[in-house]
Amino acid sequence: MDLDDSQEQAEYRAEVRAWIAEHRFEAPPGTGDMEDAAYIEARRTWQGQLSDARLVGVTWPAEFGGPGRGPVDQVIVNQELAAAGVPGGIDVIGLGLMGPCIMVNGTAAQKERYLAPMLHGDEIWCQLFSEPAAGSDLAAVQCRARRDDDGTWRLTGQKVWTTNAQFARFGMCLARTDGDQPKHKGLTMFIVPMDADGVTVRGLRQISGEAEFNEVFLDEVAVGGDEMVVGGEGGGWGAALTVLMYERMMIGLGTEGFGYSPERFAGAVAASPRMDRESGLRTRLADVVVELLAVRFRGLESLSQLADGRVPGPEFGLAKITTVNAVIAAGDLIADVNGPDALVEPGEWAYLISFLPGLKSAGGAEPILRNTVGERVMGLPPEPRLDKKITFDELVARQREGLAA
Amino acid sequence: MNLELTDEQIALRDAARGVLSRFDTVAAAREALETPGTLPDLWPASVDAGWPGLVVAERHGGIELGLFEAMLVAEELGKVLASVPFIGVVPAAALLSLGDHPAAAPTAEGELRPVYVPACPPSPRVDDDVWTVDGIDGERIAAPVVHRDGSAWSVTGTVGWVPDAPGADLLVVVAIDDGRPVALVVDAGAAGVEIESETRYDATRRMANIHLDGAVATALSCSEQDIAGAWYSAQALLAAEAVGTVDTCLALATAYAKERFTFGRAIGSYQAIKHELVETLRRLQNARALLLNVGWAAGAAPDDVSMAASAARYSSGQALDFAARSLINVHGGIGATWEHDAPLYFRRAQLSRRLVGGVGGAADRLADESLARARRAVEAAGVR
Ligand SMILES: Cc1cc2nc3c(=O)[nH]c(=O)nc-3n(C[C@H](O)[C@H](O)[C@H](O)COP(=O)(O)OP(=O)(O)OC[C@H]3O[C@@H](n4cnc5c(N)ncnc54)[C@H](O)[C@@H]3O)c2cc1C
Repeated sequence: MDLDDSQEQAEYRAEVRAWIAEHRFEAPPGTGDMEDAAYIEARRTWQGQLSDARLVGVTWPAEFGGPGRGPVDQVIVNQELAAAGVPGGIDVIGLGLMGPCIMVNGTAAQKERYLAPMLHGDEIWCQLFSEPAAGSDLAAVQCRARRDDDGTWRLTGQKVWTTNAQFARFGMCLARTDGDQPKHKGLTMFIVPMDADGVTVRGLRQISGEAEFNEVFLDEVAVGGDEMVVGGEGGGWGAALTVLMYERMMIGLGTEGFGYSPERFAGAVAASPRMDRESGLRTRLADVVVELLAVRFRGLESLSQLADGRVPGPEFGLAKITTVNAVIAAGDLIADVNGPDALVEPGEWAYLISFLPGLKSAGGAEPILRNTVGERVMGLPPEPRLDKKITFDELVARQREGLAA
Repeated sequence: MNLELTDEQIALRDAARGVLSRFDTVAAAREALETPGTLPDLWPASVDAGWPGLVVAERHGGIELGLFEAMLVAEELGKVLASVPFIGVVPAAALLSLGDHPAAAPTAEGELRPVYVPACPPSPRVDDDVWTVDGIDGERIAAPVVHRDGSAWSVTGTVGWVPDAPGADLLVVVAIDDGRPVALVVDAGAAGVEIESETRYDATRRMANIHLDGAVATALSCSEQDIAGAWYSAQALLAAEAVGTVDTCLALATAYAKERFTFGRAIGSYQAIKHELVETLRRLQNARALLLNVGWAAGAAPDDVSMAASAARYSSGQALDFAARSLINVHGGIGATWEHDAPLYFRRAQLSRRLVGGVGGAADRLADESLARARRAVEAAGVR
């Protein structure tokens, strides 16, 4: 049992570290105003530099322009970037989710067209999945796509909570192509050029006051022909599931990348003499530390499975639950120990405290994750459902009746 | 990087499973509750399997495996509530081996049975040097003290609720000699030694309160770090044992949730039950990951063992408490009856969390370690 680098990994780490040491002063700050075009541009340029040095999309196979290295190497890069205090690629959604989605479900032409600019940060992507009436119940999306006589697909609907849409070049959009099918069947995945006519992006301010996510309105948007369909007509749900799988993996392995480490939170309260006087505070610190240490080793466990070629299953979702709740507890503890000063804005802890309630929903709400793990990992029976074996249009009509009654 | 079990570790675990499958240990746990003192003697099976010599050096005839391997065995013991002298034996055997004591070889052979009489090292946060032990009345009291008369050593003090003490031939006692901790070997039959056998609530657990009154002792030549290490290995073994018990609780509860129907469907389809079971799984997986942390630290980062072992003990103790209560809850009324097995696991949980410093004590230690580390980091940054 060891966590040490192999000879090869140690050499790789040294290489990565040397590159970062040489270039770190060219890097933009790790956090900044995501609505500021100049900051976004600087981050995009930095992703391009990292990409030229083969330090983003480390696991992307060589045939798609990536370095084709193992998941442990990606972690090595993340660790070295974090240690040097410089950011990684700005397009986490493209690199982590949409790139792999295209690799798995896309056509040869799509891979050829989209992957290289994505990797290089030239074209940033966003995830147009959630809608006002479809979040946890993602397959309930109502955004409609219909094909014109000339084969052009036209999309109309509303997406919401779309992270990075304010500067994305493309969106991966889950839309309904056939309302006469049961809800999981009539879905199709589209690539939407965000600058197309009829696309309107409106920033949504979060608790912190910042607008990292958006609502996106699609009004008869002509996205193009079948070359914009990923995973085939009617294959949207399958393509969405690939994205959700990678999302789980990203969240399960990414905790330390978000800075959610037990050392950081212990450091935030250690100076207070109250930690010596009040055993209740110490127990709360122990609760935070024990959960985040466990997540760290769960992550390492998963990584060593990945390195072994095995893909960890849906129990990854449990790491997300543990992390979110532990970090909420950490924010509470830090503010209790340091008083209202911890809530100064803008400020590290106020931001954390504002961000976490949303993170409970992002990437899957807790009850949904628990259902998935209970059913898919433990084999517990699903709940009875009212949305199977009827067409989507019928289902929506029934929901309307239910509301009216 | 690799955190997977090696083939050797898997073989050891499977062998433990094999040994234990020959006994109906869960039925024995019930029987012992009905008729105190009727536990089967699993010591010979343990000796056959080589467990007393698991962590003893090869030069003393042991197998010379690490703490993590002992934890794998403890986990199997915990799964079936097996009453094998183990948690108290392994740290004692380790100290005898580290101190190159003549009793190490017969221990590895299973001819002598030692027991570790635990003492908790001082907190890294608090600026004192006080080693403490479990008192009989729930207090934490000062560790026993050494009295020297020329070259003759004796030890005096009381330690409550020592697991696996009844039937031991030798006591490996941590005591204070002129302010410093020492590990001592005391013959269980010596004058001034009283081993008062106790069982409470969980009949599978043999314990004793140990009274030492000027008992003749010989000092083991091991370092202060080794002596502290014994405490943390006991924490880690209790943690691993608890993880095993959680595993069983979850399997039983999950199976029942699939076959018990109310209102026309299996209770496991209701979120209240499903999510409670998933919560047990979450806690189980976290606790198991923390066992890996201990295993890794024991091999590669000795300075991290104290924190890792405390974290593992805390996590698994909380998980067991949750899992044992949930097992009863998922079963409804039947789970709360004497005839059902659920109370056996509940009894295990109730007693375990109060032994060897307690689960709460491990939480304190974890917080203290974290604070001390954070403060050292600030100091180091200031110096630089
Ligand atoms: C910071 C942030 C960033 C995001 N970024 C993106 C993005 O880039 N792209 C994108 O497509 N989406 C994004 N999302 C949306 C996110 O995926 C959804 O918020 C999430 O899936 C929950 O959906 P919802 O908001 O519609 O809540 P709902 O699904 O309406 O849930 C409301 C409540 O009901 C509970 N609930 C729902 N169904 C059940 C059930 N079956 N059993 C028990 N309880 C249930 C939920 O747990 C929740 O508490 C983001 C969200 C946040 C907060």
